[in-house]
Amino acid sequence: MADFWKRFSRNRGAVIGVVILVIVLVVAILAPVLFPQSPWRMVQRPFLAPLDMPSHPLGTDALGRDVLTGLAYGAQVSLLVGLVSTVAALLIGIPIGALAGYFGGWADDALMRFTEFFQTVPSFALAIVLVAIFQPSIYSIVAAIAIVSWPPVARLVRGEVLSLRSREYVEAAILSGQTSGTIILRQVLPNTISPIIVLASLMVATAILLESSLSFLGLGDPNLMSWGYMIGAARTVIRQAWWLSFFPGVAILLTVLALNLIGEGLNDALNPRLARKGK
Amino acid sequence: MLRFILMRLGKAVIILIAILILNFFLIHAAPGDPAAVMAGEAGAADEKFIADLRARFGLDKPLLTQLGIYLGGVLQFDLGFSYRQQMPVADLIFSRLPATLLLTMTAFVISLLLGTLAGVLASARVGKWSDTLISTLALLFYATPLFWAALMAVLLFSVTLNWLPGFGYETVGANYTGFRRVLDIGQHLILPATTLGLFFMAVYMRMTRASMLEVSQLDFVKTARAKGLRSGIIQRRHIFRNAMLPVVTLAGLQAGQLVGGAVLTETVFAWPGIGRLMFEALAQRDYNVLLGVFFISSAMVLLFNLITDILYRFVDPRIRVG
Repeated sequence: MADFWKRFSRNRGAVIGVVILVIVLVVAILAPVLFPQSPWRMVQRPFLAPLDMPSHPLGTDALGRDVLTGLAYGAQVSLLVGLVSTVAALLIGIPIGALAGYFGGWADDALMRFTEFFQTVPSFALAIVLVAIFQPSIYSIVAAIAIVSWPPVARLVRGEVLSLRSREYVEAAILSGQTSGTIILRQVLPNTISPIIVLASLMVATAILLESSLSFLGLGDPNLMSWGYMIGAARTVIRQAWWLSFFPGVAILLTVLALNLIGEGLNDALNPRLARKGK
Repeated sequence: MLRFILMRLGKAVIILIAILILNFFLIHAAPGDPAAVMAGEAGAADEKFIADLRARFGLDKPLLTQLGIYLGGVLQFDLGFSYRQQMPVADLIFSRLPATLLLTMTAFVISLLLGTLAGVLASARVGKWSDTLISTLALLFYATPLFWAALMAVLLFSVTLNWLPGFGYETVGANYTGFRRVLDIGQHLILPATTLGLFFMAVYMRMTRASMLEVSQLDFVKTARAKGLRSGIIQRRHIFRNAMLPVVTLAGLQAGQLVGGAVLTETVFAWPGIGRLMFEALAQRDYNVLLGVFFISSAMVLLFNLITDILYRFVDPRIRVG
């Protein structure tokens, strides 16, 4: 573990990523304390430019809502959706990949054809269709993102399980009479954890991008202030009020960048043998 | 080769049928009466229209019969009728398709060319400031939300600098013809195509850079150096050609992203393609159009994948079997 931290902290980008993510996380958690006003409430005149009033440093939107408050509450939505949908995608992808890799044969064939189908279908278009048909809500958004993002997990886990399956310790477990379920859960899956962690951190980033794109198109949860919604609402007034779309975009960019940097750092630290070949 | 193409075609057809079945069940899974769902937002269609839909799709018959009717319709290019637009969905989509094809293909070419070029450049100058610059840009592009990049491009190049048009497909009311019109459309194309290609430009940059560096360590490159070949020739003939193999496999992945991204770019730039059509259908909850665009864009992705697969076999002679 100490070794892991040493390797991870040597990666400057990863450390920057952690710092950014911690800031976003703290703002998200403390949003109700820092900004007790609802982000939907009109607090000033509309289109107040940034820095015009110290109480509203990032200005107000077309309905006089405070942009900074919106950003803080938007952080909650982005992180929540990113995390929960990634966990959901893992819950779909890991069992499918593990079963396919462990049992092989027709089960593998069938499961991998199924996975391939979801990998070929244009994921964003499918997510749009799913959220539109099941009505936009935080649940349908999380479900849609999970449904379009599990295939890489299944493929990764399948590959790992396939190579672990023929190891001697697994054969020993089979001979000792353990059931397949126990072997998969106790012997095989724990050894696939580090590549899954790396993939998951990158998936959270992708999920945040997906959520913001859906909200931008008007498919966000109508009760939650999100970064994508803020940009979508500002789209038509971009000529008058640049700051309304600028700041939420920077927030998304930084959060996604932070997660990508962390993912790369984790990759280097957890798989030192595979550490970036170019370097 | 023919056998391979036929097999891949067969696979593509199976996937398309699977998508249609998925579409069919989505209509039925949606909250509310399937006929009302197909007609658009509840209350938008009149009773007679809904009754017609019910009769045509046999909505009182068993589910499997309904599925048969639905699939039979699609085989005859019947993707349903858009009550909102008073037009068959297939006509609506095919009238918008050329604009999307132009946009996505341009985005593809731009991202591939600029991405690999920057990647090669960075790999030739590892550790220098130009490498740092390119790698940083790649990191940023990789994390930038597409729709936001599009808006910022409008803000900077169109509103502030007034260099390029940031709206529409051609200048409205100018009625250009011939070459002047091509030029006009080209100018309108630059911003949307570049922003749409931005994400994969970053992917290509990083992949090319890593791949070039990896190949340059291999023995045959050392041999070429030992033979005294000029480094330019080694870069082009020995390293670049081999380094491009993993990059080509990415092109297939990009197809899906381009089609999805087109919804966002076309929305921002008011580009009259199927992505914009999807956005309009969203606002009106016009499910037939939504599912039709989803189906056609999946078909586009499959076609593109097929082409890249065939190309790949030409680029890499080692995998002509299988």
